[in-house]
Amino acid sequence: MTALATLVPAGLALLGTGTALGVLLGRLSADRRGDRSDIDLGTPVERATFHTLHTASLAAPPLRAGLTEDTARHAVRGLRPLLGTEALCLADRTRVLAWDGPGAGHHEHRVMTRVHALLDSGRSESFRTGCEQPDCPLRWAVIAPLTGEEGVLGALVAYGSRESAVLVRAATEVARWVSVQLELAELDRSRTRLIEAEIRALRAQISPHFIYNSLAAIASFVRTDPEQARELLLEFADFTRYSFRRHGEFTQLADELRSIEQYLALAGARFGDRLSVTLQVAPEVLPVALPFLCLQPLVENAVKHGPGEAGSGCRITIAAQDAGTEAVVTVEDDGVGMAPARLRALLAGAGPASSGIGLRNVDERLRQVYGDDYGLVVETGVGAGMKVTVRVPKYRAGVHPGGGPD
Amino acid sequence: MNPAYAIPAVALVVLGTVLIGALGLRISRTTSDFYVASRTVGPGLNAAAISGEYLSAASFLGIAGLVLLQGPEMLWYPVGYTAGYVVLLVLVAAPLRRSGAYTLSDFAEARLESRPVRRLAGLFVVGIGWLYLLPQLQGAGLTLHILTGAPDWAGALVVGVVVTGTVAAGGMRSITFVQAFQYWLKLTALLVPALFLAAAWLGDDAPRARFGEPPAFREQTAVRIADSVRVRLDEPLRVTVTGRVDDRTHHRTEVTLAAGTHRFAAGTELRFPAGAHVPERAGREGGSRWSQPLSGSREEHPLYATYGLVLATFLGTMGLPHVAVRFYTSPHGAAARRTILTVLALVGTFYLLPPLYGVLGRIYAPELALTGTADAAVLVLPERMIGGVAGDLLGALLAGGAFAAFLSTASGLTMAVAGVLTQDALPARGVRHFRLATVAAMAVPLAASACVASVPVADAVGLAFAVSASSLCPLLVLGIWWRRLTPPGAACGLVVGGGAALAAVLATRAGIAGGGWPHTLLAWPAVWSVPLGFLTMVLVSLATAHRVPPGTAAILTRLHLPEELAREARP
Repeated sequence: MTALATLVPAGLALLGTGTALGVLLGRLSADRRGDRSDIDLGTPVERATFHTLHTASLAAPPLRAGLTEDTARHAVRGLRPLLGTEALCLADRTRVLAWDGPGAGHHEHRVMTRVHALLDSGRSESFRTGCEQPDCPLRWAVIAPLTGEEGVLGALVAYGSRESAVLVRAATEVARWVSVQLELAELDRSRTRLIEAEIRALRAQISPHFIYNSLAAIASFVRTDPEQARELLLEFADFTRYSFRRHGEFTQLADELRSIEQYLALAGARFGDRLSVTLQVAPEVLPVALPFLCLQPLVENAVKHGPGEAGSGCRITIAAQDAGTEAVVTVEDDGVGMAPARLRALLAGAGPASSGIGLRNVDERLRQVYGDDYGLVVETGVGAGMKVTVRVPKYRAGVHPGGGPD
Repeated sequence: MNPAYAIPAVALVVLGTVLIGALGLRISRTTSDFYVASRTVGPGLNAAAISGEYLSAASFLGIAGLVLLQGPEMLWYPVGYTAGYVVLLVLVAAPLRRSGAYTLSDFAEARLESRPVRRLAGLFVVGIGWLYLLPQLQGAGLTLHILTGAPDWAGALVVGVVVTGTVAAGGMRSITFVQAFQYWLKLTALLVPALFLAAAWLGDDAPRARFGEPPAFREQTAVRIADSVRVRLDEPLRVTVTGRVDDRTHHRTEVTLAAGTHRFAAGTELRFPAGAHVPERAGREGGSRWSQPLSGSREEHPLYATYGLVLATFLGTMGLPHVAVRFYTSPHGAAARRTILTVLALVGTFYLLPPLYGVLGRIYAPELALTGTADAAVLVLPERMIGGVAGDLLGALLAGGAFAAFLSTASGLTMAVAGVLTQDALPARGVRHFRLATVAAMAVPLAASACVASVPVADAVGLAFAVSASSLCPLLVLGIWWRRLTPPGAACGLVVGGGAALAAVLATRAGIAGGGWPHTLLAWPAVWSVPLGFLTMVLVSLATAHRVPPGTAAILTRLHLPEELAREARP
């Protein structure tokens, strides 16, 4: 029993350690900015400059995500030491986002009237807080606007114990610096929107030639083999429905394969026996999520370079393999191939606009979603066919079928 | 045992595994038919694969050994190993699949949107994987030792090299087929000899195993002591000795040992008369305690130890890295659930057999308790009971099955551990890093197996379960069912619950725990470490309520809504 009695406090101590650790973890970012070393790194003035720059650089990343409660909370911890004030507050147009320092309770509701006044005037000012509590150190405050492209986004309020011109100057400068970060955040957002718009424009890019050729092939069957023509039309309908679907940036490999099947059925109607397809798909990777329509252009590319007009046959091999935490998909053809230099130009976007745009599009989207390590790998040579390899991680945050921006 | 049959059997299993792994996909899946190519893995096949990967050396050898040593209360092991899947089925299976996570660290990131928690979870996945690999390697060493007399490290090295080689070379391409094949191989290897042994037992007038008293030799038996051992005798024993007993050298002399403690030196040969009781290994006195760190404490506090075992196995299964990655193969959540239901049937069937070997071992091979190699009971029984060519062939079948157990579990674990290492531990990505990670994933337990105390295989696996139940189980259960979980809460729960269990397990395996209650508590940590993990996670989450990830509602909807509904619910 004595052993049990010693173990209960031990367990409680462990629990305490864990709680402390949690608080520590939460403050990790704040603790990192402590003084580095005492090695002589310049005059005191230079050191102060370095320190200020360092502190500012630590406060910048959270603000780059825009002005929200979460980012403001992170930023304000870095900004208050920069200003050296009693308390610091960040507010948007409607409410207080973050408060660092004492006095949050009784000042927080009062400050919003000041913020509303600032939203009208757009000018920074210094004012007396008029706090009734005798022991509250927050006697004077400076309010400065945070501006973005669309005018005033919010306000920075710095509290001090007395009126000081230094505080006014510092608060105004810091507010201006924060405004620059917020403008950068807006820039980031518009860049993301641009890329999304680009993807939307690119992904629905079924070649008009393909539609024309498919319909022509179907038309040729209407009299001779109406049943075949009907089936092809249904394939065509399914294929267009999948390709034109509006929601979701990602899909499952199984769905993508189904779309390729329909595509090849339509292409096969045109080429007949000259096109043969071999598949080797590990069933383990069928549920893998991957960018919508990222394989179909590769197959389209293989078909385009495959059966020459001379009537020679073409074999396309599509393989999907399980490689631990990744799936590896290869699309291979034994067609005419391409000179590596020309391919490089195509992927860099320097070639003629009509050809190879599918490959480049897929390459860009893969890099954008998974990073530069996951670009297309193309092995080819003139007359040597072409083999395109896509590597897709089985899991990546934010990538799931039907997910992504609508 | 006759190596002339057993070694070809083992070689055949190894070769078959490598060949199916490397060529299975090419043969079975090359087609020009999209319908065939895009058929997902069905619940039956996937369930056989999960079972094949799951039924390890602990199940194949360990349970029989423990039943031989300690009797029917050890049946909690097969019950626990199976019942873990019930918990998995009810609480975790479908949501985990719907999360889209491949490894458990992926799940941590998907649910909590936090890279640090992801890395921490990865750390535990790797730790549990290593703890689980250790007994597989030790079991392989023991098996090869019984088969050929090779030193213990040889078997571990064979399994380590084969597994690392095939996994690193990308030879496990059709892993589902390999593992499903391994399940049926293991079941056959255990079932066929069991039928013959049962027939032999009936032909022997069906003697009853007595668990109430010490096991006795049925006939005159010679026992060679491999490592020096201390035994305790409750009554005087007449035995013919060649070698050293209590520091006196004998040569084929018949001596009568008085009741009390005696020491048999390594290499001593003892010839027991029929009907003599098998001497019990001395637990508490002397320095041999660390070689059997767990059985002693179980005798002291059997009820506590049983609860510890039950809690660890029931809740630990969901955190096993090689089980979790197989959910990904199911096409959707409902299929994952059906898969686990089938796993319950397959695993349940399998676990009917090992206790049978344990009981027969108690009757026919009681001296294994003395030599400390009770895990070998399954392997030596055919030779003991049937003998001749038939016995050798059945023994070879069992040896092949045992090696299948090591290979399948070890390769599954190595894949899972190497996956986490490449993603979270090694800086850059690429195929070469996966190979490097494979080597690391196997090298650490291989090195450890050479220097840590040998624990009964089933007990050693139980320790891995305890760590999993105290760290990843709270993360999964609270992550799936509690919307107020925060990243700091999850991190602290992992560190406190899992860390405490891990420390206890390491202390036990290093043999530094003392005796009495503290030792029992450390050897069966789940009873206190699981509540500790849950409690820490809940309390710290409540204390850091403002850190609830912003996407919690969306991800929980995705975890709990069937896929078709979730897709339709989107605008």
